[in-house]
Amino acid sequence: MTEIQDYPSRLRDSASRKFGTFSYLPPLDADAIRKQVGYLIARGWTPAIEHTEPAHTAGSYWYMWKLPLFGEIRADAVLAEAAACHQAHPDHHVRLIGYDSRRQTLGASLVVYRGKPV
Amino acid sequence: MTSNAASTRTYSAGVKEYRQTYWEPHYQVKDTDLLACFKITPQAGVAREEAAAAVAAESSTGTWTTVWTDLLTDLDYYKGRAYRIEDVPGDAGCFYAFVAYPIDLFEEGSIVNVLTSLVGNVFGFKAIRALRLEDIRFPLAYVKTCGGPPHGIQVERDIMDKYGRPLLGCTIKPKLGLSAKNYGRAVYECLRGGLDFTKDDENVNSQPFMRWRQRFDFVAEAIHKAQAETGEKKGHYLNVTAPTPEDMYRRAEYAKSLGMPIIMHDFLTAGFCANTGLANWCRNNGVLLHIHRAMHAVVDRDRHHGIHFRVLAKCLRLSGGDHLHSGTVVGKLEGDREATLGWINLMRDKFIAENRARGIFFDQDFGSMPGLFPVASGGIHVWHIPALVSIFGDDSVMQFGGGTLGHPWGNAAGAAANRVALEACVEARNQGRQVEREGRDILTAAARHSPELKAAMETWKEIRFDFDTVDKLDVAHA
Repeated sequence: MTEIQDYPSRLRDSASRKFGTFSYLPPLDADAIRKQVGYLIARGWTPAIEHTEPAHTAGSYWYMWKLPLFGEIRADAVLAEAAACHQAHPDHHVRLIGYDSRRQTLGASLVVYRGKPV
Repeated sequence: MTSNAASTRTYSAGVKEYRQTYWEPHYQVKDTDLLACFKITPQAGVAREEAAAAVAAESSTGTWTTVWTDLLTDLDYYKGRAYRIEDVPGDAGCFYAFVAYPIDLFEEGSIVNVLTSLVGNVFGFKAIRALRLEDIRFPLAYVKTCGGPPHGIQVERDIMDKYGRPLLGCTIKPKLGLSAKNYGRAVYECLRGGLDFTKDDENVNSQPFMRWRQRFDFVAEAIHKAQAETGEKKGHYLNVTAPTPEDMYRRAEYAKSLGMPIIMHDFLTAGFCANTGLANWCRNNGVLLHIHRAMHAVVDRDRHHGIHFRVLAKCLRLSGGDHLHSGTVVGKLEGDREATLGWINLMRDKFIAENRARGIFFDQDFGSMPGLFPVASGGIHVWHIPALVSIFGDDSVMQFGGGTLGHPWGNAAGAAANRVALEACVEARNQGRQVEREGRDILTAAARHSPELKAAMETWKEIRFDFDTVDKLDVAHA
């Protein structure tokens, strides 16, 4: 058994802030993100892009990037919008969500570009 | 023979066979009837029809002898009647009896009243050796009179800001004996490590070693700091189960004043009267309600006598709760897989079709009533997560007590290990991988980036719980 390790989370270190599902995994690479896009489209959910300053992840509302991509079933188109949002806001967290209109919830919500910790 | 015939409207004292009045095999069930399925083990020499009719009678309008006041009302309108009998697969000593009750027999929104009738005196009735209430079909007309879950799954996800995965919790241990400040420490460590919730154990109420008020204060401090540190919403199920309703509400009000998002109640030991009242309070005050089920196994474990857990789960959904313990299938506590899937569907879905393979005897329509989160808790750890994700899906809470606190590096590391393992399994599932079969590969790959998970996997890999289930579904012997 390895030696006891300290748990490194700190109030003063904004890198300790998490941001929902998959934020405890290493950043997803392009292929892994594409698979998640494929999953939410296959479930019939509506993809949408949101973003925020890394210092302001709390709260229910991030900035909406344009409008949800209603009817979009091409993963490439969704990834292109996420990339466009990231290009416009390179320091922001950018997240991909999947609106489940039948159950009135988000079936998926995951950060696909991690902004710079402040 | 009908009640309108002049001959039956005269009073004739004495004992009649139950089946003359309460056995109606040609009865057409109404949409508004409350239906029940009982498993009856009759005394030797008692005919099935008579035993079934006796159960229908004693759980509705009947008594052992005719009384003159029967003639002052229209008993044909008010009586319950047994309308069907079926063999129990693989068990010749008992049979299923289906009973229909008119909706007028029950006070609106009162699970107390329904149970007082259906599982009241009849369970001590001498003509039967054992009796088990297997299922109830609540008519939609009755469902609409009940408050149901104070918030439900979707609203809880919005309040807690958790999407696309099961929620993670941990019951704080040792169950009893910690001071409030030390208890708050255990809570804080779990939450900063990545859990969404921690939980009071059921028997933590307000004992001399830790009074409720100090526990609430220190837990609130732990939650506020963990939220600031992680940027995520956190909660602790503050147990407000109390000796009196007045104490219960006092504790609930104080939890709300501290800004706590969720409280907790034990619905069987405290009773449905207290539970329904507390659920209404939670709905009115925007506080989520976690429900524990202490005492359920006393009532639901015997295959021939008592109340099946699926009935208790339905009753709780109507009485009100946002979470309910469901068993894990894979952990240290009882529950086989198909039966568990049956009752977690009853907790979550709007409409559940009859499905004998899962022990569901009736179609059940919950209409617009929200669903609640099943809670998998008891003897589970990181190695169980692949199976739990497969069995329970996203709309569930997985609770690791020893599986968090028993981590060799402490609670925060234990929490992080569980969170990493869960997210890795959800990611893999979304990619179309067979998570249960590939669990070892998925966890091993995730542990390469998480020393906490690696240590957890080394600590628990050999533990298994593979005792046979006592309460099995009724199936014919091969």
